[in-house]
Amino acid sequence: MSAATASELPASRTGAPLLEIRDLHVTYATGEEGGLPAVRGVDLTVERGQIVGVAGESGCGKSTLASTILRLQPPNATVTGEVFFEGNDVLTMRWGDLRAVRWAGASIVFQGALHSLNPVHRIGRQIAEPIQVHTPGQDEAAVTTRIGELLEQVGLDPERARSYPHQLSGGQKQRVMIAMALACDPHLVVADEPTTALDVMVQAQVLTVLSDLVRDREVGMLMISHDLSVLADLCDKITVMYAGRVVESGPAAQVFAHPLHPYAGALSAAFPRVGDPAARFAPAGLPGDPPDPRNLTQGCSFAPRCALAADACLPAEPVLTTYDEGRQAACVRIGR
Amino acid sequence: MSAVDDTTTKTELSAEGVRVEFTTRSGRVARALDGADLVIRGGEVVALVGESGSGKTTLARTLVGLTTPAAGEVRWQGETLGRNARSLKALRRRVQLVLQDPLGALNPRHTVYDSVAEGLRIHKLVTKSGPTETEMVAAALSSAGLRPPEGLFLRYPHELSGGQRQRVLIAGALALQPALLIADEPVSSLDASIRGEILALLLKLRAELGLGVLVVTHDLGLAWNIADRIAVMYLGRVVEAGPTEEVLTAPQHPYTQALLSVVPEMDRLEPIVLRGEIPDPTRIPSGCRFHPRCPALASGEADAVADLCRGTSLPILPSDPDGHRSACHLVASRVSTPLDHRGEAQR
Repeated sequence: MSAATASELPASRTGAPLLEIRDLHVTYATGEEGGLPAVRGVDLTVERGQIVGVAGESGCGKSTLASTILRLQPPNATVTGEVFFEGNDVLTMRWGDLRAVRWAGASIVFQGALHSLNPVHRIGRQIAEPIQVHTPGQDEAAVTTRIGELLEQVGLDPERARSYPHQLSGGQKQRVMIAMALACDPHLVVADEPTTALDVMVQAQVLTVLSDLVRDREVGMLMISHDLSVLADLCDKITVMYAGRVVESGPAAQVFAHPLHPYAGALSAAFPRVGDPAARFAPAGLPGDPPDPRNLTQGCSFAPRCALAADACLPAEPVLTTYDEGRQAACVRIGR
Repeated sequence: MSAVDDTTTKTELSAEGVRVEFTTRSGRVARALDGADLVIRGGEVVALVGESGSGKTTLARTLVGLTTPAAGEVRWQGETLGRNARSLKALRRRVQLVLQDPLGALNPRHTVYDSVAEGLRIHKLVTKSGPTETEMVAAALSSAGLRPPEGLFLRYPHELSGGQRQRVLIAGALALQPALLIADEPVSSLDASIRGEILALLLKLRAELGLGVLVVTHDLGLAWNIADRIAVMYLGRVVEAGPTEEVLTAPQHPYTQALLSVVPEMDRLEPIVLRGEIPDPTRIPSGCRFHPRCPALASGEADAVADLCRGTSLPILPSDPDGHRSACHLVASRVSTPLDHRGEAQR
């Protein structure tokens, strides 16, 4: 890192939401005509102190969406639309501003975090790196104190700073990743499948850390997962994506308990409520495989797997329509 | 399921007081299994649940003879499993392990056909008078729900979706016409939408072929979906076992209660988030192995038996296939039925 100057976040526009994504399209160039459209027109807003969940299966574009928020998409991606962070468009901002927004404005806890730590550096040194880059000239002792605070915040012993990643369990590594994401006091944390590789008790511990954080420090969080039941527990709002588009969004409990879109319904049913007699010996699945974004069918892209599909689904892709209580869904069959 | 009842006694795999030890690099002995009892009968689905480090995968591996127990024994069809190659091979034809992570478990350079046929070739199951190898592979693939099977013969693992790969692994196991399947986290790496399909497949195989299934998982929702019985492991031992409905709707052991309370969307339960993780198996706590993390002991609920919890170790929970039991001093003091002290006598 050259010319390490204290990074200053671009001034926040008053009244602007923490994160506002408008009509985002991301297409990967594959050498074939048309490329691979991973995200096809997504709108999403995260306010301060709010947890927004994005649900969907592999290939639905949810991780592409996450990386685009900090302009981390691979070079073969073409991005159109707008991503406003505190009112400033991330996609067009100057490199220096973008650098300040990364870590200090918004940080990402990546999926597969268990492999994201450098195996040959101690934990403390890895947490120190973003702090030193963003606020250079801090003395050693202050950084060490800060690392201790961060580790305590995620429920780890400050002594752990001296450990190497292999000395930690999966849950502990995931907490280190969260501690790192918090190092520069970001306003927004993007968590991509933060608990997927963890078992239930550790998952509960990590989720408690995350929700305490949002409550105590008023940060906003965008949480990505394929597990709708986890999102329903933690989030204020849930957005369900299918084949690169939003098919349903609304208050978390409502989307989980009374989904409007058949795909959201399938995701919700995939995780049974323990104790529900209807789920005994009746695992709910969704036939078929996720669609290939290069070969989407005409009309509703979910129609080939949808039990309710009818002729009305075929002419055009359904538009996201607003229903009562802030709910939206893209399905022509709703209300029929 | 009358067909199942006939085969029940014949196809029974059990672990009795199994102890498995690993020596760490520093010379300390880690007890991955410290006296575990479990029985799986033909035609039933048993879920083995617990956190990472509870020993559930080690128990599954021991049951198919991949790990040699330091004490205790594995019994198959009523007989102690021998450690020689011949008896292990005979066991592994009838008891098939389906590994987690289908992408890692399939050889990337083998076609689907070769992956499924491998077991048939090893066990020399293709006879001149019987069906051909191709027919047997096709039959296994269709039983696993991959239809038409011929279309997949020459595909490679990377060309398949996650759900299809898991089905190919299951087909490889089915080709040997096993009596029991041991599936280690069969759906944890799969998408939510595929998960139900694979679980439904396991139930269908049980109904159609009378297959017994042991599912190793940390997912209580999965157990609720498909298991007849459930065994909860903690630090190398089964701490609670019984019919799924009873264990998951009226859990006895504070550990099971805590596990259940943190399942997402369990609104009716106050979440009991245990601190820390399963202790190091080189230093198993004295008394009840769960006592350092036990919420009942911490809250004072177990004050009356606190000395027992801290000082007196619990007997091994016997693998009673019909009852609901738990290894807990507090539960024992409430029920006031004497615990079975068989395990104690062995120590």
